[in-house]
Amino acid sequence: MVGFIARRLVQSLFVLFVMTLIVFFGVNVIGNPVYIFASSECNQACVNGIIADLGLDRPVWEQYFVFVGNALSGDLGNSFTFGVPAMSLIWERLPATLELAFAALVIALGLGLPLGILAGLRPDAISSRLIMGVSTLGFSVPVFWIGLILIMVFSVQLGWLPSIGRGDTVSILGLEASFLTLDGLSHLLMPAFTLSLFMLAMVIRLTRAGMREVLHADYVKFARANGISETRILSVHVMKNILIPIVTVLGMEFGGVIAFAVVTESIFSWPGVGKMLIDAIAVLDRPLIVAYLVFVVFMFVIINLLVDILYSVLDPRVRLGGGAR
Amino acid sequence: MKRLAALVVAAAMLSSASVAAQEVLTIGVRSEASSLDPHWTQLSADLQVQEHIFEKLVNLDSASQPIPGLAVSWEAIDDTTWEFKLREGVTWHDGEPFTADDVIFSFDRLRGGIEGAPASPAFTLDKGGKTWEKVDDLTVRVRTDGPYPTVAEDLAMVPIVAEHVARGVTASVDFNSGDAAIGTGPFLYNEFRSGDRISVVKNPGWWGGEVQWDEVVFRPVTQDASRLAALLNGDVDMIDYPPTADLPSLRDNPDFTVSSIPSDRLIYVMPAYRDVEDYVLDNDGNVMQPNPLRDWRVRKALSLAINREAIRDRIMGGASLPTRNVVPPGFFGYDESLEADPYDPEAAQALLAEAGYGDGFQLTLHGPNDRYINDARIVEAIAQMWTRIGVKTAVDTMPRNIFFSDLIRGHEDSFPGHDVPKFSMSLTGWGTVAGEATYTVSGILETYNAATGGGNGNFGRYSNPRIDARSILAKRTIDRDERLRLLQEAINIGMEDYALIPLHFQVNHWAMRRGLEHAARTNERTLAIEVRRVD
Repeated sequence: MVGFIARRLVQSLFVLFVMTLIVFFGVNVIGNPVYIFASSECNQACVNGIIADLGLDRPVWEQYFVFVGNALSGDLGNSFTFGVPAMSLIWERLPATLELAFAALVIALGLGLPLGILAGLRPDAISSRLIMGVSTLGFSVPVFWIGLILIMVFSVQLGWLPSIGRGDTVSILGLEASFLTLDGLSHLLMPAFTLSLFMLAMVIRLTRAGMREVLHADYVKFARANGISETRILSVHVMKNILIPIVTVLGMEFGGVIAFAVVTESIFSWPGVGKMLIDAIAVLDRPLIVAYLVFVVFMFVIINLLVDILYSVLDPRVRLGGGAR
Repeated sequence: MKRLAALVVAAAMLSSASVAAQEVLTIGVRSEASSLDPHWTQLSADLQVQEHIFEKLVNLDSASQPIPGLAVSWEAIDDTTWEFKLREGVTWHDGEPFTADDVIFSFDRLRGGIEGAPASPAFTLDKGGKTWEKVDDLTVRVRTDGPYPTVAEDLAMVPIVAEHVARGVTASVDFNSGDAAIGTGPFLYNEFRSGDRISVVKNPGWWGGEVQWDEVVFRPVTQDASRLAALLNGDVDMIDYPPTADLPSLRDNPDFTVSSIPSDRLIYVMPAYRDVEDYVLDNDGNVMQPNPLRDWRVRKALSLAINREAIRDRIMGGASLPTRNVVPPGFFGYDESLEADPYDPEAAQALLAEAGYGDGFQLTLHGPNDRYINDARIVEAIAQMWTRIGVKTAVDTMPRNIFFSDLIRGHEDSFPGHDVPKFSMSLTGWGTVAGEATYTVSGILETYNAATGGGNGNFGRYSNPRIDARSILAKRTIDRDERLRLLQEAINIGMEDYALIPLHFQVNHWAMRRGLEHAARTNERTLAIEVRRVD
């Protein structure tokens, strides 16, 4: 296992390096941030001043080497717009996104697993058909539409929930969390539900499919014949076997949810990193875009690693770093 | 500083417990302020928040005309020297007195050369070759390298920071944390949470008098629909840029009030004047020579073919003021004899035929799709209107971060230090921030000259010596009446020649809950001291 993790980390470093190359040169091809910061009255001298100020007067490859050099010492550059280190901005806003993503994950699993099991146990019941129909909606209806409808209904018409921002937060271990206050929860509910919809639909479908398959497996019949209680069969034997695909897919989804919760965050003005990325792209804040994407790659690598480790826990047949390769 | 702010809040809370509830104004804004360092950028989202904390020597009234700010008076003591008398008894938020040293420090900080200074050249401080000196604690002189009439207007762009706190701090960072965000303005720094909120609290000792709000909170809500929803359900008290499609229903709703004013932002279509334009083709798809856009009759035909009223009513929800001026009503240089062109497609076709283009030609109209109110839809509408008179117009809109760099220097002949614009016809805008037309005329009508800064917004590369003579002279004319005459002449020459095709001034709107009254300002900024409770 240690060997596996080490090999994975080396691969990841390579991925990171290639990624910085692509991202750095990619963002340098698009547009020119100078004209975002120059007022309409800015003349050529003033434009040149801004270019020099932002360090854009040097050739791209030179800028890249400066960037890599700084990155190796942990400095991913200063945001053009905020004027503060890009990483500090990301760290400042990441907890909000993480909280939102975890809340969405909890909703997806908390609702998705029972509903999926229900639908899998009695596939022909009306309730099951209803569940499956709703899960299709979760896949096919665009997130922004759901978000806006939720706002229309629950905040504008009914006035139950606030529509924007993050509520009161409390600090735990230095991280700001809002789910521990009532105000925070009321702010969290709609965006988390909106963000969870896609994952929720996926969990329902995967669970149902898994149930349908596993329930007919020999070991379930054998367990039943042995007189093991139905609850135990479901919660231990069946569950363990259907969780593998769910963990795989959610693992991949979850990274995406953290990295690109853009739409949900924009609609609910959630002060997370996704919204920050969109704002940064709109004003071509190159250091912030690059820093964020590098960070995202790093995060994906870690998540994939964790998913692999989780496999081996769930399914003893999976051996990390098996000698055959 | 944070402690001081906290103290003020605590004091305010104590008094509120016994007297009245806290007066909090929450404003939902479209764009987030990224920095509280007033010398960091010139983005209006930043400036409008900074204006609550920091002040300038010269303020702008709601029609953007200069009025006393931290300076009580100013005059030109000769052609090249301006003397500013500073306000007595003004203190910084930490209690230190405000003096001429702070003014000199702020100017120096903008020019750069001070450690930790942003060296932001985006401010108009270097225009006219300004130098500055302190005469005594309450007097500052600004010298220019020639007669330069708009010193006061320029200084209305320059916020003053406190020398004793801003010297040696890190630009932007230390301001966002509040350590250096110490100004003289009506509000004190309270909280800056990126992406979530910026909050300022009342400055009880403000020289300008009693401030009505105990706390003002700015919350960024980028999405139009969400911002409106936040207003409707009471999360915020007021929003800027309500979606234009919802203006009629907001006006009809007794629970809300809408304020509006024509902004200083002219939206216009800019033809390009090079001999050969890449996006001007004949009906067979060949590049045309000569470029038909160089014929004023063609430009006039294109202007007559635009139905500005339809754009106002159908696209802008009534939020535009069709025009043929370059600055809005109330601004120095506005000419009321210039009326927006009527919609007259027959006359347009006749003019095209007279110019020899009766069969029409092909054109691409470029424009941004996220910069001006309804920009992409306006571009599409104009393209259809032009196509109707025989000028088959294709549409190409793009995000502003790509549009503006292409507009300014997107042509393949560009190289560093030499900008060649790309588009042949583009929709763009020009904001007259200083409340007067001198630099608008110079920026969009004067011949492009990288060295003098003339025509720095003239990306069509229009050139007319009759305008140049007047514009250049106006920039050096101190006498207001004479300058006004020169500017209006230049504007009239440009408009008769259809140097550019003006569409409208955006009319900016704010929507707020019932019981609030807002004196809207032309320069698009939302200032809490201009919002009053009336219930």
